[in-house]
Amino acid sequence: MRISPKITQALAVLLLGSATFFTVMVLVFVIVFVLGKGLPGVTWEFLSTNPRDMGRAGGILPTLVGTILLPLLAIAIALPLGVGTSVYLTEYTRETRMTRALRFGTDCLAGIPSIIFGLFGFIFFVVGLNMGWCLLSGGLTLAIMILPTIIRTSEEAIRAVPNSWREVSFSLGATRWETVLKVVLPNALPGIVTGVMLGIGRSIGETAAVIFTAGSALRMPISAFDSVRTMSVHFYILAREGISTEKAYATAAVLIISVLMVNLIAYGMMHRFIARRAR
Amino acid sequence: MKFNGENIAKYALMTVAFSAVASLLLIAVFIFKEGLPFMMKVGLKDFLFASDWDPLAGKFGIYPMIVASLWVTFGAMLIGAPLGIAGAIFLNEFAPPMMMKIIKPTIELLAGIPSVVFGFLGVMVLAPWIRATLGGPGLSVLAASIILGIMVLPTVLSISIDAIASVPNSYREGALALGATRWQSVYMVTIKAARSGIIASIILAMGRALGETMAVIMVAGNTVKVPHAVTDPVRTLTANIALEMANATGMAREALFATGIVLFMVIMVLNGIALSAIKGKARKK
Amino acid sequence: MIQASPAKITIRALRVFHGQEESLRGISLDIPANQVLGIIGPSGAGKTTFLRALNRLNDLVPDMHAEGQILLDGKDIYHPACDVVALRKRVGMLFALPVALPMSIYENVVYGPRLSGVRKKTHLDEVVERSLKAAFLWDEVKDRLRMSGLRLSGGQQQRLCLARVLAMEELEVILLDEPCSGLDPISTSKIEDALTILKERYTIILVTNNTKQAARVADETAFFLMGDMVEYGLTEKIFTVPDDKRTNDYVTGRFG
Repeated sequence: MRISPKITQALAVLLLGSATFFTVMVLVFVIVFVLGKGLPGVTWEFLSTNPRDMGRAGGILPTLVGTILLPLLAIAIALPLGVGTSVYLTEYTRETRMTRALRFGTDCLAGIPSIIFGLFGFIFFVVGLNMGWCLLSGGLTLAIMILPTIIRTSEEAIRAVPNSWREVSFSLGATRWETVLKVVLPNALPGIVTGVMLGIGRSIGETAAVIFTAGSALRMPISAFDSVRTMSVHFYILAREGISTEKAYATAAVLIISVLMVNLIAYGMMHRFIARRAR
Repeated sequence: MKFNGENIAKYALMTVAFSAVASLLLIAVFIFKEGLPFMMKVGLKDFLFASDWDPLAGKFGIYPMIVASLWVTFGAMLIGAPLGIAGAIFLNEFAPPMMMKIIKPTIELLAGIPSVVFGFLGVMVLAPWIRATLGGPGLSVLAASIILGIMVLPTVLSISIDAIASVPNSYREGALALGATRWQSVYMVTIKAARSGIIASIILAMGRALGETMAVIMVAGNTVKVPHAVTDPVRTLTANIALEMANATGMAREALFATGIVLFMVIMVLNGIALSAIKGKARKK
Repeated sequence: MIQASPAKITIRALRVFHGQEESLRGISLDIPANQVLGIIGPSGAGKTTFLRALNRLNDLVPDMHAEGQILLDGKDIYHPACDVVALRKRVGMLFALPVALPMSIYENVVYGPRLSGVRKKTHLDEVVERSLKAAFLWDEVKDRLRMSGLRLSGGQQQRLCLARVLAMEELEVILLDEPCSGLDPISTSKIEDALTILKERYTIILVTNNTKQAARVADETAFFLMGDMVEYGLTEKIFTVPDDKRTNDYVTGRFG
């Protein structure tokens, strides 16, 4: 029997539509479920006090601090490297075998799983350079991990700056570096910020690379050589060791909200950037 | 060479530009330095194909973990790829543009949900359900596959959407002009034209699934055993590294780095294939 | 007479290559100071390439290179010891499309002076007023100098670009690359008026597609065709009794 193309089409659309619906529902469910279970436990006290009894009671203050410090440190290291790389690739060289190799290396780095970064960070920073489990080891490891994101987004942003602006700048007697500083970077800024936010988002959510480099000490870090525990790591330990389901949900809720907020800002910036470019 | 600000900037930037590649090389060198001598000592065959993993007894066969990683990754693809591609086709070809505008960013936002959260939900929701309906311990190949399948959805979906969106409209119009229905034009023309991008999305997602660690540790059960059913608990390569890192020393630690080498190589190959699929496509255009 | 003073710019056997292609095939020309030189010719004649050779903007284009000599006040600008940045401050350029930089009107004008290290506010204010007046834009924008330059109309933007060039204190030569091609007649006439005044201080080279504009503004005119300079002389002569038939055909509108 031959089914008419119209019916096939209707069936196909139905199937595809329900697959899409299912996908969206699953992802929305994840968020709604975690927030539903966790938000009741998120109080001001939860955010502002130290954990007691390994996290069974009390709040998450030191992990909150760790979650802010570690990504910031990672960005502080990765941003100059990443933006510098993209400036070099776009403004200072033409397409050569070398730039292709640099891009390929960046793409490869982007694909490496975080556990490998953890292994490397452990053997290189923690053991090799004898830095121990600390903020700095974790920050350096995360910086390498998010470097490709920063490079890629800022390269795209820099390429979007119209060439005519560069020409005008040169014709007015600006050097290449002056042109980069006065014309290229200011106008690529929204795109660069997008990359920064995406990098922060990824750092906040990261666990494997952090636990082996920054450690998991549950106290307030005082120096860059103190071990820290981020919210992700804290949540992982709470959940995995069955310390407290209730606290785990509450921590997960804070974690999800922070990551979504950071990503939302990133997409907002990107959107504005694209809209401006289209004008 | 003149020594002035301009040249300083240039050479500083040039140095910085090597940071990513230098990091990549540094990572490779250190993982290999730690793991390769071990591989030589134990022998590649005994390392990759022996089934006994008992570091304390000096047994270092990662075969069960390799099989586990393959099962879990394959299972994740079985779930993530069809859903993601179906979603991409639907949003590009059949849904009103408004829907795409809302759903695509939403899903990309969701890509940021930390993997540990997915793992936790696997433990709290999925595993009990599997235990109740299919038997077994619940924490299993199936649970890991489903969780990873969901986790890679944003990757598959967003790259596939871009691939399908970049198919020129004239292709579709050509098919429609010949009297094809919208669906016929989609599966005869559009999907074919977007094939390499879609394949790249699947391969990149495979890399992500294979490399995922924390979520898998939480839901896969972590028993070192070659699985026979999807309800069996397993330990993947990544889980093995993370679980034993904390207290491994000497040979046992070297074994973990050797495991890392295997993972590193497989992922590099996968990425290489995906990148050339995307680049090849770009060149053709 | 015009040739009495020594030439401001002396060009000898200038050839410019773009990859394999030869865009300019041996141009020799003496450009006197303090007058407007018009360059006319159909598109593809090499007019813009010629102009961009004079401030070495062609350097920015991959696989483009020049041979021959260009002497500015007797010094070869393609000599390895020549400071390109200093050269571009002396030889300013106005592009075919008005390109205001994405900053305020004020910042657009002081872009050059700031690069040269001028920091004093009063001095910069003075430069802005003087340059905008010289470009016939001051009255229109004097109350909104902090507004983004991108919000001006096309004609205003082009005059802003002219003011930006004029703000450079080292400026001696102004290159204009079809500066009025996209402008309305009023803006065009304002720019032309400005040029007639500016030539008392500067040497001006005006590339134009509009032969009437050359006839109105230029003291001398050169006719370019397919990378060659066909004819060069007093504007009046070029437009009335040219030596070359091709020039005659072009200025009378028979081709191009």
